[in-house]
Amino acid sequence: MRLIMKTITQAAVYSLTIAFLMAFAPAHAQDLAVQAERLYTGTGEMIENGVVLIEDGKITQVGPAASIQFESGLEVIEVPVATPGLIDARSVVGFSGAMNQPHDQDQLERSAAIQPELRAIDAYNPRERLVEWLREHGVTTIHTGHGPGEIISGQTLIAKTWGNTVEQAVIDPAFGLSATLGPAATQHDRTSPGNRSKVVAMLRIQLQKAKEYKAKLDDDDEPARDLGLEALVEVLNGDMPLIVEVHRHQDIMTALRLAEEFEFNLILAGASEAYLLIDELLAAQVPVILHPTMMRTWGGGDLQHFSFTTAAKLVEAGIPVALQSGFESYVPKTRVVLFEAAMTLAYGLEFDQALNLITMAPAKMLGIDDRVGSLEVGKDADIALFNGDPFEYTTNVIGTIIDGQHVSKVKR
Amino acid sequence: MRFNLILLIFLAALGLSSTSIYAETYAFVGAKIIPIDGPEIQNGALVIEDGEIRGVGARDSVRIPRDAQIIELSADQVIMPGIVDTHSHIGEVSGGDRSDPIQPEARGYDSINIRSSGFKRALAGGITSVNIMPGSGHLISGQTVYLKLRDGNGIDELVLRNDDGSVAGGLKMANGTNSLRAAPFPGTRAKSAALVRAQLIKAQEYAEKMDSSDEDERPARDLAMEALGEVLSGERMVHFHSHRHDDLLTAIRLRDEFGFRMVLHHTSEAWRVADEIAAAEVPVSLILIDSPGGKLEALYLEAKSAPVLEQAGAKVAFHTDDAITDSRYFLRMAAMGVRAGMTREGALLGLTQAAADMLDIGERTGSLTRGKDADFVILSGDPFSVYTRVQQTWVEGQKRFDLEDPDDRLVAEGGFNALTDDDGAGHVHHFQDHAELHTKQGAAR
Repeated sequence: MRLIMKTITQAAVYSLTIAFLMAFAPAHAQDLAVQAERLYTGTGEMIENGVVLIEDGKITQVGPAASIQFESGLEVIEVPVATPGLIDARSVVGFSGAMNQPHDQDQLERSAAIQPELRAIDAYNPRERLVEWLREHGVTTIHTGHGPGEIISGQTLIAKTWGNTVEQAVIDPAFGLSATLGPAATQHDRTSPGNRSKVVAMLRIQLQKAKEYKAKLDDDDEPARDLGLEALVEVLNGDMPLIVEVHRHQDIMTALRLAEEFEFNLILAGASEAYLLIDELLAAQVPVILHPTMMRTWGGGDLQHFSFTTAAKLVEAGIPVALQSGFESYVPKTRVVLFEAAMTLAYGLEFDQALNLITMAPAKMLGIDDRVGSLEVGKDADIALFNGDPFEYTTNVIGTIIDGQHVSKVKR
Repeated sequence: MRFNLILLIFLAALGLSSTSIYAETYAFVGAKIIPIDGPEIQNGALVIEDGEIRGVGARDSVRIPRDAQIIELSADQVIMPGIVDTHSHIGEVSGGDRSDPIQPEARGYDSINIRSSGFKRALAGGITSVNIMPGSGHLISGQTVYLKLRDGNGIDELVLRNDDGSVAGGLKMANGTNSLRAAPFPGTRAKSAALVRAQLIKAQEYAEKMDSSDEDERPARDLAMEALGEVLSGERMVHFHSHRHDDLLTAIRLRDEFGFRMVLHHTSEAWRVADEIAAAEVPVSLILIDSPGGKLEALYLEAKSAPVLEQAGAKVAFHTDDAITDSRYFLRMAAMGVRAGMTREGALLGLTQAAADMLDIGERTGSLTRGKDADFVILSGDPFSVYTRVQQTWVEGQKRFDLEDPDDRLVAEGGFNALTDDDGAGHVHHFQDHAELHTKQGAAR
């Protein structure tokens, strides 16, 4: 009963959020068109001299310039190259600030190992410098929130990189729960968990508690409210995925084992040794939010087997893969998925595959492909503008459009 | 038996003293050559012999010795000079410890593990010469080492040497926030400068007394003072870590006051004081990273420092700061300079000749010039394209990296057991120091 109440409350919050968005964000957008010498739609298609027509923040027509009629006087942005707005499949931007001082670091709460009750919307800073930085590099949507480093560090959200308030920016206030397995979950000042087995034991105990809590809820038993267990029940119900940051092969297998045991939706994050477990990942049908291609190994020995070729190997095998900017503890304070996708081109991926890693693949994985990820009629008008091959080092991002608004005009 | 032993020793000695015993004559033909000291050459030829460059030019204009092994390359491939990294922390290098902010007597030379994966990664990135530096958590953290990524069994076979046989290297200095710590380290910027100034004055006095004709006047040997004396005399270059605009100008002020030779490193905010840097004729070694921040003094880091310094007339090079950026894709950093508006020529120079000059090794490496060391890289395409791979790296006429070799390819691409250690550990500690400092500052507030 209470769960139903909660679901209703949450649904109300969501619709309020959406109403808020409709009222304040895209309604002000002027209609406009983007005309690109090379228009990559994100569906695998490239239209030469293509046009995207935008009305009320949405895409209303896409096609070759000759096929599209629009009113004279409409603002037309002409560029050499355009792609769908880029999607960062996992980030801590907006939580882990550029200054790297205690007051701007909200990606990880170290007071306890398991805190599923930590909500991402209570901490997201949409005006953070690094949100702007990603926006200036064509990134229009980010899945961000609590980072790796504790067994369950908290919730994540999905936001556009535009908007003055959390309410304006967010498109999913509670997407998933951030979890970590392996030594990375043991690196803190507490004595426990102190090793791999203990990490898993603690997680299993908590999931078992959530199972019992869920049973009580299902039986209308009305247990005392427990926000942490409520969030875990959402995981057990399949409403939220458990996003597990994991690198070593044995830890990846542990994550698969847990997902089978407790029947939750698993998304692997990081997964630098995923190339060792192609068959297992295919069998389990688990999507992978792969580490940044240029990930640094100095987080510890856990990462040292990473490869620049992993994206290519997973894509070739047919495993759903998206790229993340991840977490950076020092300079640079964030990575940029545009650069990370570019880096896969020299290591086995073709152009369309690399673009997919930061457009449609993450959109599908995050369940937002009805709104973003490609330039198709009916979707949000989120577009990245370039002065050449988007992936070449020496090409610049020259503009970003979000919900039909030309929100960045800097050359990056 | 005995004869064999003597022969063995003789051969071993030869092997150690010179690489020429292994050297052969090679002619690389057909590729595009970027010699750096002149215009790019289509369908070029590069001839090397005994570890030196014998000829560079258009294929039909270079004399190719009869005994040369001809290596045919395609017109898409590119040969450019071996890349010079002016600032790297490969080899688990260390310098001073936590006992004092000023430790010029600590030598990186005494700490480097040449079997660390960092050396292999550097070769995979086309790097042939490196300035390996201790970290920046001190005002003076110690002596740096210039070396070539030769095949050797110990550090002595890799280091470059000065004319007097001493190990070539500079002195690592820093200002800004990295060296601000609990006592005896400084707590403010002014104190940082005051501590350095006091030590350099001591070194001036030491040097004066050492020059005394009266033997009794000469002080007891002091290794720290000796190293600073080499700085004051101009023999030892100062490599000065500095980020913020005011810190950059403080470094220049100290240089002017004491007359040492200096390269500014990192220089996040160089774009704000580029004219002053150019007017002071201080060369700059830049790091360009993918976003600003990570610490306060890098908040205003902009890749436009590269074009702005270039336009102001300053000499610009780049560095990996490995493991801040990975040596395997060092070419990318210069390309990012071009992305920000630097000229292609300037960016190429910054990876090669300009960088070599900053280490005082520009006479022997940094360009494909007859008589220079045969340090070069073969690329699959344009140096600044994301689609390009480093295919071979040659150091003094020896092939040190070959993408066709499975072991080398594993290092270049990564994979299971590709990197057998966690080189860059120096920077892990470096970061932990910062984390600790941040926590303390947080607690103090």
